[in-house]
Amino acid sequence: MRWLEYIIFLALVVGLVKPVGLHLARVFERKPTFLDRVLCPVETMLYRVFRIQPEREMSAAVYMLCFVLFTVLGTVLLFAVLLLQAWLPGGPHDRYLTTPMTVDLAMTTAVSFATTTTWQAYGGETTLRYLAQVFGLAAQNFLAGAAGLAVGIAFIRGFARERSATIGNFWVDLVRSTLWVLLPLSLIGSCALVWQGVPLNLAPYTEAHTLEGQLQSIAQGPVAALEFIKNLGTNGGGFFNANGAHPYANPTPLTNFLGLLAIAVLPASLTITFGFWTNRRRSGWVLLAVMVMIFTLGLAVCDFAEKSVPSNLKELNVSGGNMEGKELRFGVGGSVLATVVTSNGATGSYNSMIDSYQPVGVVVPLMNMLLGEVVFGGLGTGLQSMVMLALVGVLLGGLMVGRTPEYLGKAITPSEAKLLALYALVTPFVVLILSSLAISTDMGRAGLVTNSGPHALTEVLFAYASNMANNGMAMAGLNANSVFYNMTTAVAMLAGRFGLVALALALAGRFAAQGRRPITLGSLPSDTVTFGVLVLGTIVLVGALSFLPALVLGPLMELLQS
Amino acid sequence: MSQSDHSDSDEALAGTVPRPSQPLATLREQLQPSLFSVLFLTFLTGAIFPLLLLGFARLLFPTQADGSLVTGNGVIIGSELIGQNFTGVGYFHPRPSAAGAGYDAASSGGTNLGPTNPKLKDGSADDPATPAIDESFVGIRQLADEYRRSNGLAPNTTVPIDAVTRSGSGLDPHISPANAALQVTRVARVRGLTVEALHRLITKHARGRQLGFLGEPRVAVLPLNLELDRTAPLPNPASPQTSSRSEPR
Repeated sequence: MRWLEYIIFLALVVGLVKPVGLHLARVFERKPTFLDRVLCPVETMLYRVFRIQPEREMSAAVYMLCFVLFTVLGTVLLFAVLLLQAWLPGGPHDRYLTTPMTVDLAMTTAVSFATTTTWQAYGGETTLRYLAQVFGLAAQNFLAGAAGLAVGIAFIRGFARERSATIGNFWVDLVRSTLWVLLPLSLIGSCALVWQGVPLNLAPYTEAHTLEGQLQSIAQGPVAALEFIKNLGTNGGGFFNANGAHPYANPTPLTNFLGLLAIAVLPASLTITFGFWTNRRRSGWVLLAVMVMIFTLGLAVCDFAEKSVPSNLKELNVSGGNMEGKELRFGVGGSVLATVVTSNGATGSYNSMIDSYQPVGVVVPLMNMLLGEVVFGGLGTGLQSMVMLALVGVLLGGLMVGRTPEYLGKAITPSEAKLLALYALVTPFVVLILSSLAISTDMGRAGLVTNSGPHALTEVLFAYASNMANNGMAMAGLNANSVFYNMTTAVAMLAGRFGLVALALALAGRFAAQGRRPITLGSLPSDTVTFGVLVLGTIVLVGALSFLPALVLGPLMELLQS
Repeated sequence: MSQSDHSDSDEALAGTVPRPSQPLATLREQLQPSLFSVLFLTFLTGAIFPLLLLGFARLLFPTQADGSLVTGNGVIIGSELIGQNFTGVGYFHPRPSAAGAGYDAASSGGTNLGPTNPKLKDGSADDPATPAIDESFVGIRQLADEYRRSNGLAPNTTVPIDAVTRSGSGLDPHISPANAALQVTRVARVRGLTVEALHRLITKHARGRQLGFLGEPRVAVLPLNLELDRTAPLPNPASPQTSSRSEPR
């Protein structure tokens, strides 16, 4: 039955990518769509307010500048909202807000939501006011998600265009992402969540008198306003501390399934948009096939690790899967599927506690993040990561056969090769250095309050992998609300957002300026099984070589202990 | 990063589109759209969108929007979706909980204990050096023993794992059908019901897989116990007997 859920999920994703991918292409080519009647007047008004000319396009550098400015100003606004939340009207009552909103927590939270990381060093129901959750966090879920999609679209244009100095207009792509993609889908999706039981109110926490005569305070709030866009925008930060495990955030197996589709479908569809715009449709499908293969492999491994009684509990005569930290309505299947989708999708809206997964079960989300979220990935940024690693594969392949490496008719000259090499190195560099810093200092080790030994090392590695990948998924046993972790995780988030996007856009700008080389017998075809295997091999090799020592010291050591 | 990219791509590009050549001028030009886009899009997505949604939700699904609250005798008993604690012998017991001091619906969370952490299996005692903090933790071994004892099961009975593990939220409103079945004898004895009648009640409150393939079969604890109280009240409901099972943390 678990596998039926997995297979139907994958079939739905693969079945939806073509219509959705082609619709995205229309939206960003500014071709007519059925939403135009309602949205075009709003679009025109916004351009007038922004004082921009939508026809005027930007070079890659200016596009990047706009992306940085937008993200930085978004961070500043959110930082201000969080710091001033004590003066915001509305619930919940102060006595429930037990975690103080310190300056460093506000800073890291603002960076976290503006970069789609949505790493949360706090519990929502014990820290934030309703208005901060909606006007601050939910809004940034839209904005940061839309900015990511815009960057992904501009990146594709770099491959689609020939002899062009520009790769689109950031503000147009941003507005179109928000109005044509995120807002309408969120409106429908959020209504579906409320129908299934996700609350949407501004009421104070409910004081319930339980059947046994005890008092139970039940956290309330505008939960549905955040819970769908957190998945659709591949952000992942939940309204409550338990995120997708909380019955109000994720009340039924159906809401779980819908949320996972919201995470995967848009990023996966961009492979089709990519193939369509570059006029190499099969190349887009090959990239999707590689994604599906890595996805299935991770799913199989994680399912295998979690499906039976943990080995150390066998002597206690218990039956079932590893249900510690998992909700019964999802079971092992819905939990494992969510872990694999959210770790691949740069979303981090887990519905089960990763810290209590088996050592092999933890490796899957950890590796998905360390590989750079290439499977579906973040909205816009996922395709970018996949193509960048495919290009590394092309480069290696070209070196092996001694020809000028090229992909879709774009040549990889030494200067493009430098950008690719940097791209592949940034993640190991940032993650490994920050993890070493954390485990070799008292400030870093102070966060290891729940677990110790190899498991604790995994927790630290997981935290920086998650922030670098702009994922936000956590092994929550690590107490990350300290000045040290708030600062260092923010560094990883910024490096993951700006560092990787800058390199990718610089490359896209160069490719846009190039012509397109004709396909000759000497070209490496990019639409064959062989090419798919080459890309797959590159991804595994780059990931494995960079992180093998850390993985041996963390999860593998723990596996030997258990 | 953007600064050096700028000069880099200047050389590479054919320059067919008019744009300012000075980086500072570009920055100044883009500041206004940056500021206004952040403000207006935040207003659109953080104020207009939630209000629109609130309107729809109140109109179409008012009960769910309020949190699917359950009332009885004019007071709110809880929420259909949120688990609450039951320790009385006459009730079906939920899973153990790590939310606050147990089923604290204002502080959700799991144990976050790793699989190799000895505390998860064997528990830990309260540290007398820190009287303010209660470090005691009931491990899975002890939970399983207490489960067997309170339900009158043989010491080697296989226990469904959901009965001895804490959920991710600590507010799991469900138990597995196997877990409910093992509690039937105890509840039937206290309530004076037949085992068959109780099984019928459990079936009534059991949920199958959604759409036939999503999630796991489960039994909703609060509605089940609510119906027990309605149809077969406890002999003395004012002082519910507590079982030997200690409050799990």
